[in-house]
Amino acid sequence: MMAVREYSSITNVSGPLVIVDKVTEVKYGEVVEITTGKGEKRHGQVLDSMEDKAVIQVFEGTSGIDTKNTKVKFLGETMKIAVGKSMLGRIFDGAGRPRDGKKEIIPENRLDINGNPINPVVRLYPKDFIQTGISSIDGMNTLVRGQKLPIFSASGLPHNELAAQIARQAKVPGKGENFAVVFAAMGITSEEANFFRDDFERTGALERIVTFLNLADDPTIERIITPRLALTTAEFLAFEHGMHVLVILTDLTNYCEALREVAAAREEVPGRRGYPGYMYTDLAGLYERAGMIQDKKGSITQLPILTMPNEDITHPIPDLTGYITEGQIVMSNQLHRKGIYPPVDVMPSLSRLMQRGIGKERTREDHADLSNQMYASYAEGRDLRDLVAVVGEEALSETDKFLLKFADRFEGEFVNQSKSDDRTITDTLSIGWELVSQLPEREIKRIRPDILDKFHPKKAKTETKKTESAAPKEREKKDEKPNTAPAKKPKKK
Amino acid sequence: MGKIVRIAGSLVEASGMDGHSIYELVRVGKENLLGEIIRLRNDVASIQVYEETTGLKPGEPVDGTGMPLSVELGPGVLKSIYDGVQRPLELIKEASGNFIARGITVSSIDKKKKWDFAPLKKKGDKVSQGDIIAEIPETKIIKNRVLVPYKVNGTIDWIASSGKYTVEEVICKVKDSDGKVYEIKSSHKWPIRKPRPFMKKLPPEIPLISGQRIFDTFFPLVKGGTAAIPGGFGTGKTVSQHQLAKWVDADIIVYIGCGERGNEMTEVLQEFPHLQDPVNKLPLMEKTSMIANTSNMPVAAREASVYTGMTIAEYYRDMGYDAALMADSTSRWAEAMREISSRLEEMPGEEGYPAHLASRLAEFYERAGRVETLGSGKRYGSVSVIGAVSPPGGDFSEPVTQNTLKITRVFWALDSSLADRRHFPAINWLTSYSLYKDKVSKWFEKNVSKDWMILRDDAMGILQKESELKEIVQLVGLDALPERERAVLEVARMLREDFLQQNAFHDVDTYCPLEKQYKMLSIILKFNESSQMALSKGQTISEIMKSSVIDDISKMKYMDEKAFASNYRKMEEKVEEIKGAKSQLDVR
Repeated sequence: MMAVREYSSITNVSGPLVIVDKVTEVKYGEVVEITTGKGEKRHGQVLDSMEDKAVIQVFEGTSGIDTKNTKVKFLGETMKIAVGKSMLGRIFDGAGRPRDGKKEIIPENRLDINGNPINPVVRLYPKDFIQTGISSIDGMNTLVRGQKLPIFSASGLPHNELAAQIARQAKVPGKGENFAVVFAAMGITSEEANFFRDDFERTGALERIVTFLNLADDPTIERIITPRLALTTAEFLAFEHGMHVLVILTDLTNYCEALREVAAAREEVPGRRGYPGYMYTDLAGLYERAGMIQDKKGSITQLPILTMPNEDITHPIPDLTGYITEGQIVMSNQLHRKGIYPPVDVMPSLSRLMQRGIGKERTREDHADLSNQMYASYAEGRDLRDLVAVVGEEALSETDKFLLKFADRFEGEFVNQSKSDDRTITDTLSIGWELVSQLPEREIKRIRPDILDKFHPKKAKTETKKTESAAPKEREKKDEKPNTAPAKKPKKK
Repeated sequence: MGKIVRIAGSLVEASGMDGHSIYELVRVGKENLLGEIIRLRNDVASIQVYEETTGLKPGEPVDGTGMPLSVELGPGVLKSIYDGVQRPLELIKEASGNFIARGITVSSIDKKKKWDFAPLKKKGDKVSQGDIIAEIPETKIIKNRVLVPYKVNGTIDWIASSGKYTVEEVICKVKDSDGKVYEIKSSHKWPIRKPRPFMKKLPPEIPLISGQRIFDTFFPLVKGGTAAIPGGFGTGKTVSQHQLAKWVDADIIVYIGCGERGNEMTEVLQEFPHLQDPVNKLPLMEKTSMIANTSNMPVAAREASVYTGMTIAEYYRDMGYDAALMADSTSRWAEAMREISSRLEEMPGEEGYPAHLASRLAEFYERAGRVETLGSGKRYGSVSVIGAVSPPGGDFSEPVTQNTLKITRVFWALDSSLADRRHFPAINWLTSYSLYKDKVSKWFEKNVSKDWMILRDDAMGILQKESELKEIVQLVGLDALPERERAVLEVARMLREDFLQQNAFHDVDTYCPLEKQYKMLSIILKFNESSQMALSKGQTISEIMKSSVIDDISKMKYMDEKAFASNYRKMEEKVEEIKGAKSQLDVR
């Protein structure tokens, strides 16, 4: 609609930014195409628009741009992406160009990559339980459809394996699926990218996946648009085609670093650790694009992955993320060293949407109480470990010994599972009951009496007297194990 | 008319703006985006824009409106859900569908709806500012009282008879001593940054009851008081705010979701219409006005949202109601200030926050209070403010938390280590405080029980003692403690688990009436007394802990009032028995 205007009046190149002079009527957020003296093409976006001057961030880096021969073309529109259902199965680079050697897609629509906020009154509160097959998530930090649940990890931890396992196993029990994955990589290594690809390929899921890859050696600033492209695609698939989309964004830490780089180049007043003061708003603009809408069939569930520098959860990136997302799955080096997979530390982990996603008719009526009980007992058990280190195990009371044992078995049997282990929610809860039933009944405070009577393996099955069940011997425990399973009621739904 | 010279994020600069005043509302660009002038330099105005600015370009027009950013007050404000600048989200939805587009102009209150109007004054009556001239049943619970506007005094020249009128129709004319006639409608505008006037502030002495044991019993808030709930993420700030919004005994609830999560806001929006007020059994929405400015909605509107909410609360206060305002979270508001200030290239204060952060926070919380309103015939109303604070990394030493604590009188400290072990509400009983505690003790003594404060202080003492003992246990182990102190630990554990922990998602436990709170506390303390007595007679603590009353105590929070009342006597007897158990020993 607008005349394309081309200028060769670059006055300033610094870091990822270019300043162009003597321009007129440049729109804020407008896309530009830059042609270097050698004919290379670059892309950028207007960050600051003044009467006769515009500041542009260049996605592919500014090397080769000079102030004499380089031309800047203003394209008159904000950044858009061509979207279509044919994107499924394709691989794009961080700026949305095909990376798999095939042709451009046939677009059904061109959408602004920044999107618009979903009106809170049209949102549908997420409460469809997603079974990931991973006990520490399903049982303790349940994921629901439309949620944004990041994985807080650290270098050297198997977060990619976990994310791939979730992508592979995630399902809503008993429902036919129109399922898709949008995978956006920002600054991860090609090895990591290959891992995901192989895993998707192996499981035959590749044709349901749209991939955006910005690898470690790809332009840094491009990372700022990669997640936006992915989310715009996800919105299109979810709300135009009614698909249930799982968006995996990895690694958000690299995204934030790109933001910081631009902020530093603009000489903005830095916030904590040099990250820009608007990082909260910026991240919210990404994470809030998850959810469900009342009159639409599809949904967007987000699983962002970020590596906490030095496992510091108070670092600005995990911190701001935690304030926006609906919980977090925290991985711990300590558990990883013990050989536990997935090394999910359930204590700082949280799913804010769990309460509504579980219970009767969703998972099972005992789910909430059981999970609370395990949290409480595991917390006490862990505290006792510190105590044992000081005073020795002999000094513990009878009850404390049970709790200590509980914490060990919780990690070893409940959290720990194999990479191919796809546990149903009934399996998960059974393991939970098995562990809880070893505690003296007086310690089981979080479970309501009626639930306890109905689901406690010993109560529901045998008429064992309270006093006996309160102090079972180690040997008895093993004997009872096979008997516990039939006590469960078959799961509804 | 001015024109845009620069756009950078939510900040727009426009030249040719002389004659426009600071904080004036302006329309920016061809799309008529809402904005507010926040700085003037010669003829260049810096404007914070309440909508996304992408696509604006220099040269586009900027129009002043001659008005500061105001809210529209009148019947219809209740039951509404607004964005940060008081645009009803339902109407935005009608205009732009599922996603919020830009440049939408919708009216804040329904201009067409006809309200039942009942005059309370007649022609010739002398009236002064703040007098009630009519009543309009706004919802099933709340009667909107039409007041004589600020600075209008005189005699009623004409008043509409009972009937149905819209908010735009003149319903009364008042002639002042100079013969000037003022037309009064049932709605009016008020600038959001200007506190509404009142006669005088009153000392706070009536507690604001929430049915949450840790709040009511341990750290009470008062009507007209201010409270801060700081806590890192995942500590239950939002659940606490929701619980308060649901259960506090205020006439009006104003809930501000300031930079909150979309899904959480939706939960509130979907849940409130189904929730019942515990007193009158009507939907909570009948007394609620909500402001939802989620984190991905424009940052400048987030900055305005707390003022919008406050002005609405004050409006109902002036009618003589007790309003409670929840802001979740004030940190997001502070961050919005920081973002705008940094765009203005102002010299930053601590952690990049603007230097005026402390004064803005103070001004905001100062608008709370219990007041005698304007108008003849004493009328009292209040605005209580409960602000959630989200300190980065859960570190309370950061500027927003610190500056908030300087002003607020109640501090409910959320503790992530409690939240980790699912102790909810995760309020740390050792670091929290309420400066209203002594002021409300009279009320509790009169309305609940004479020994309320004594019980509370005893319980607090036990919890304090526990924390000291725990340190010793860490060093020497539990067995090394004398029986008496182990008993203290057991009682403290009861207080923590059976009294302080409260399950917001349990039908009965979610709201605990004062009477029950008192009895629960007193049975635990009676147990303490009995066990100490038994110990002095040679009983051991493990013997005492075998009493079945322990199980009863752990279950009492889940009993409804009826079951609790019938069980209470039995529990008392069992507690007495513990005392008695020693006699058998003696005999032996």
